Amino acid sequence: MNIVVCIKQVPDTTEIRLNPETGTMIREGVPSIMNPDDKSGLEAALQLKYKYGAHITVITMGPAQADKVLREAYAMGVDRAILLTDRKFAGADTLATSNALAGALRMLDFDLIITGRQAIDGDTAQVGPQIAEHLDLPQVSYVEGLQYDGQKLFTIKKSTEEGYQIVEVEAPCLITILSSANSPRYMSVNGIVNAYKREVEIWRFENINIDEHKLGLKGSPTRVFKSFTKGAKIAGQLYEVEAVEAADIIIEKLKEKFIING
Amino acid sequence: MDKSQYKNIYVFVEQREGVIQNVALELLNKACELADKLNEEVYAVLLGYNIKDKAPLLIAHGAGTVLCVDSSELEQYNTEPYTQAITQILNDRKPSVVLIGATTIGRDLGPRLSARMRTGLTADCTGLDISRESALLMTRPAFGGNLMATIICKEHRPQISTVRPGVMLKGKEDPSRKGAVENVTINFDKSKFKVRILKTVKEEKNLIDITKARILVSGGRGVGSSEGFKMLDKFAKTIGAEVSSSRAMVDAGVITYDRQVGQTGKTVRPDVYFALGISGAIQHLAGMEESDYIIAINKDKYAPIFQVADLGIVGNVNQIIPLLIEKLKKGK
Repeated sequence: MNIVVCIKQVPDTTEIRLNPETGTMIREGVPSIMNPDDKSGLEAALQLKYKYGAHITVITMGPAQADKVLREAYAMGVDRAILLTDRKFAGADTLATSNALAGALRMLDFDLIITGRQAIDGDTAQVGPQIAEHLDLPQVSYVEGLQYDGQKLFTIKKSTEEGYQIVEVEAPCLITILSSANSPRYMSVNGIVNAYKREVEIWRFENINIDEHKLGLKGSPTRVFKSFTKGAKIAGQLYEVEAVEAADIIIEKLKEKFIING
Repeated sequence: MDKSQYKNIYVFVEQREGVIQNVALELLNKACELADKLNEEVYAVLLGYNIKDKAPLLIAHGAGTVLCVDSSELEQYNTEPYTQAITQILNDRKPSVVLIGATTIGRDLGPRLSARMRTGLTADCTGLDISRESALLMTRPAFGGNLMATIICKEHRPQISTVRPGVMLKGKEDPSRKGAVENVTINFDKSKFKVRILKTVKEEKNLIDITKARILVSGGRGVGSSEGFKMLDKFAKTIGAEVSSSRAMVDAGVITYDRQVGQTGKTVRPDVYFALGISGAIQHLAGMEESDYIIAINKDKYAPIFQVADLGIVGNVNQIIPLLIEKLKKGK
């Protein structure tokens, strides 16, 4: 079985803080990580590999620094890594991103494509299903778990607001996975050592056979019209007091708001 | 593309087991406001099986026309049949705007639809408006330096956006409103139906809808453990609140996802929101900053949560809350 996992390098947005004066984000010093949902996608692929045998390719689209997450993937146990990078891909919205990734995927053999449900720096959850559409593949999103019959059939647990669904789909297909699906393994020590000896293939515009007008900023139907901060909100009252006094202040406020009787 | 051919606002009406979801009614209300500015009409797109009787509800909430596709293929949501049905409708009728709830269903359908229609899609919008050039202005939280971004889809139609449940306000139901119901027949290509739903399970964990709570007691890393959440439970019960949380606690397995507030969780706007031991990551703020009154307790004086709090207490949650519970009990 051939599995391709799409991953993304993202800033660890839980570490981003706001400048209290301007309301803008302070991004300096924020570490880059493998997107958590994608990492679980990688783990799901590795579990299939060790149970049934599989060849795993990881692919990412991004700047040269994204090499780092591909090395991490090598250290976790993947077989091949591709960095899709070209100035022509820059400024892409989700549709243009999915065009580029789908173009690269068409060059590869796959029975299963795995993406994370969404990336923590954009939270759109769009690229996975858009890739599936370009490749005319069935999709299952919000995947919490999957089983494989060793032949062709996947039985998948899909999360919903009210619980879950069990669905069935045959390869080839695309799934988008949740980080709650599993606990990704750590990189092995040998893996880390070897990861830097492995080849990360660099693929550029010339490698993917997609019209230039479908890529990057040119290929993006959506644009940022303006961006703004909400401004610093009028500061509320801030108290640094003993716990007992703090409790009294809160109780007064709750009375004022008619939450409790006073 | 001749944009002038594209007219009217279409709302995808999400139903589960024949029950119209609130988000659809919220979107209809917003659609009416946008349609007024554009001088266009609002259409509700109702897909399902034996669901015709739901049309009057949609008209009462603002739909001028309900397009009803009643087919056994659409009984439960499944990506391909729903995408085929909506694609056919959009190609035949050419709306300028399509609004979809950003639920697990909408976030599965939206991107598939946008890729098939080769048009733009903006996810999880928190604000929608119309520009002077009659374009849809779609505002959402962003991570590019500024906290919010307004997105436009200039040269492609329809302009599609998903909107989180609870963000737009539902209008008043007005049974005297008049509207039309049109039945639409879809020519399905069943050879593409490849995902089979074996079963759909409802779990008890999801019976709580924190978006409906008037008071929320929300815990984060500073609360720490399931022990800490038991304390929050107790506090919530004393003041008639529901317990919710930040993502950190969901990831740690302390609390279930349905209680998560934030960009990837739920958007809430209760009368009073307690942010307890929550530092205030931007994703969390995006989900709660519209609350009427925010009370935050955090050890870190510089925690960003204090920037949105109306009442901030620098201190230890695990000391203050037990005291609060005690005092509230005495007061009764």
